[in-house]
Amino acid sequence: MIDAATRKLVLSNLWVAFIAFIVACFMGEYQVLERSGFIPALDSPTVYFASVSTHGVLMAFVLTIFFIMGFGYTIATTSLKQAVWNKPLAWGGFWLALVGVVLAAIPLLTGKASVLYTFYPPMVAPAVFYIGATLLVVGSWVWCAIMLVMFVQWKKANPGQAVPLAMFATAMNALLWLWTSAGVALEVLFQLIPFSLGWIDTIDPGLSRTLFAWTLHPIVYFWLIPAYTAFYVFVPKQAGGFLFSDEMARLAFIVLAVFALPIGFHHLYMDPEQAKGWKLLHGIGTFVVALPTLVTGFTVIASLEIAGRLRGGKGLFGWILSLPWTNTMVLSVILSLLMLIFGGFGGIVNASYAMNAMIHNTAWVPGHFHLIFAGTTVIMYFAIAYYLWPMLVKKPLFSSSMALVQLWTWFIGMSILTTPWHVLGLLGEPRRISSVVYNNLLTLAWKPYEFMMIFGGLILLGSACLFIYILAKTQLNPASENFDEQIEFAEPIHAVESLPEWLNDFKLWNKVIAVLMAISFGYPILQFFFMDTSGSSPWGF
Amino acid sequence: MQKEPIKPKYDQLLRDFAAQLRAIHIDQLERKWITLSMLVVGLFVGIITIDAFFHGVNPPSKVETVDSASLHLNKEFAEDNLGVQVDAKGNVVIRMVAGRYSFFPKHIDVPAETPLTFRWVSMDVLHGVHIPMTNMSTMIVPGYVAEITTTFPKPGEYPVLCNEFCGLGHNHMWSNISVIAKEDWTAPVKSAVKGGSSND
Repeated sequence: MIDAATRKLVLSNLWVAFIAFIVACFMGEYQVLERSGFIPALDSPTVYFASVSTHGVLMAFVLTIFFIMGFGYTIATTSLKQAVWNKPLAWGGFWLALVGVVLAAIPLLTGKASVLYTFYPPMVAPAVFYIGATLLVVGSWVWCAIMLVMFVQWKKANPGQAVPLAMFATAMNALLWLWTSAGVALEVLFQLIPFSLGWIDTIDPGLSRTLFAWTLHPIVYFWLIPAYTAFYVFVPKQAGGFLFSDEMARLAFIVLAVFALPIGFHHLYMDPEQAKGWKLLHGIGTFVVALPTLVTGFTVIASLEIAGRLRGGKGLFGWILSLPWTNTMVLSVILSLLMLIFGGFGGIVNASYAMNAMIHNTAWVPGHFHLIFAGTTVIMYFAIAYYLWPMLVKKPLFSSSMALVQLWTWFIGMSILTTPWHVLGLLGEPRRISSVVYNNLLTLAWKPYEFMMIFGGLILLGSACLFIYILAKTQLNPASENFDEQIEFAEPIHAVESLPEWLNDFKLWNKVIAVLMAISFGYPILQFFFMDTSGSSPWGF
Repeated sequence: MQKEPIKPKYDQLLRDFAAQLRAIHIDQLERKWITLSMLVVGLFVGIITIDAFFHGVNPPSKVETVDSASLHLNKEFAEDNLGVQVDAKGNVVIRMVAGRYSFFPKHIDVPAETPLTFRWVSMDVLHGVHIPMTNMSTMIVPGYVAEITTTFPKPGEYPVLCNEFCGLGHNHMWSNISVIAKEDWTAPVKSAVKGGSSND
């Protein structure tokens, strides 16, 4: 049961997330059209790079942070059966983050902060852009604090009991995000803001890139953990079965949170400012973090198989057909896992150290992260929204058949968009160009793939509009508010009776993260203070 | 003296942890899957590590600094020193400057099937360089020399593309490289400043 005040808080967060999402979807389609060069009138690097910068910030920071905050408040209140701790503070976090978004949006939309979402010093944007981004992140820290306080309070009130899996995952994500955002916060506070205000004359882009790499990998696990949470705590029940293993789920979340952090240098494989030993160390860690995903794949598919067989499915693969494909959550997880298989394969290629040279900064990379984020992750955001919306607005979903169409079109659109994108990368097309002007025969091979991407983008845009339409229609339905189904969490096959403390708390893992971060980032950051470096002065773009 | 009590304490902690780990309920099938996953991941890590240590297969990682603001005064990267040179030991060394919006010199000739050592520096912002279909790829970070040694197996005309956003003219940042059959290539006599003022 979610009380009215919490529902308002959650809906506010989710609406900000989804409005950012739909705006960014329009920009995405504009970008594939502009880059293809098929409509010469569209050609404009100024508009294109302002659009790319905004698209990246909206999708990667605004959609994710607000969605995760709304989702976290829902999980905490329903799984712990507690009211949100300090609701005024939660609203404070929401408004702080929203003011940050508006502040950052002004220079972004007026083309004054086209430095892309990874900032790219020594190019500088107006200070208000960095300050806005900082407020957004600080607002999300408020959410982290509330999640961790609620976790600790529940444990105190229920000594010796296992924290519900959904809340365990959410608390691990809050811990992960605090650690994750520290890297970019250091870069913004000590380098970019003073640099853009003219308080310091030069900065070292090598240090900036190292600090950003600290954030750049675990941030994707921050986005992904809500999707994995839905895999474990919603999917088995929706499919009509049981969770295969509660303990393994906890272990997977722990390994995800701990090993997502000390591995960011796989973004710096091709960089001159870090030595090969550190890169190799982070590279090995990157492969370790593939393990919890492999475990998740097993547990989720095993849970689905249990459900399929309980529903009368027979034979080696017959259970797949007897799954409830018309349940939005079940359909989403199937499509999500399909995209995860291909996206994961691409990720292994990226992670493979020297092999990275072949695809580094080519079109392969945005192809990869659209498949794994906009595909695997965001399709689960849709599924969660469809599942929660009726409970949040107390009205039945406007149309579940439309929702199924929306999910299928998202999957089809994403396949049509990202397959040619990967091929373009292998054919050598760089990412982050606004048009192809290279006078070279090679570029002729790129044309048909760019054409395909326009269609993929169109299908995705239609699908995104349908998603917003379904949510709005559900909420604006004039029917009375009498929908009173509750969130159902999946039960494990083997009920968890007692857990060792380290599977039921984050304190030990916080210490482990501190040690691993000191090992993998300590010297690589300190070296900049011992090396004889010459800083860079600020440049426009 | 003070160290003595600590070690048994940690031993005990580790033993407890291991015992608790064994006590977790893990299905037989899942145990097999985890073992298999670890073996596959171990295999990948093993191949990469052996290649790195024994075959020297590493990404460009020479941590070497330079003052990007005064390259014109820098002995190594002064303008008439750029391009292809053969050093005293017979190694082919190519010095290149990246700057908005091209790579300088704009055109170079290099031999195929020969180890080439590229030394890239930026004179302004962050750039990246990739020669498609080859592994000649590195970021060019202002303040650092990006050194990479590679070999081009096939002769041909290749574009040299900037692959990192460096400003609104980024699309136009590219140059050319001709890879010439080894036997047809002759080392430049003095300096290697070649190429015209346009990209064609």
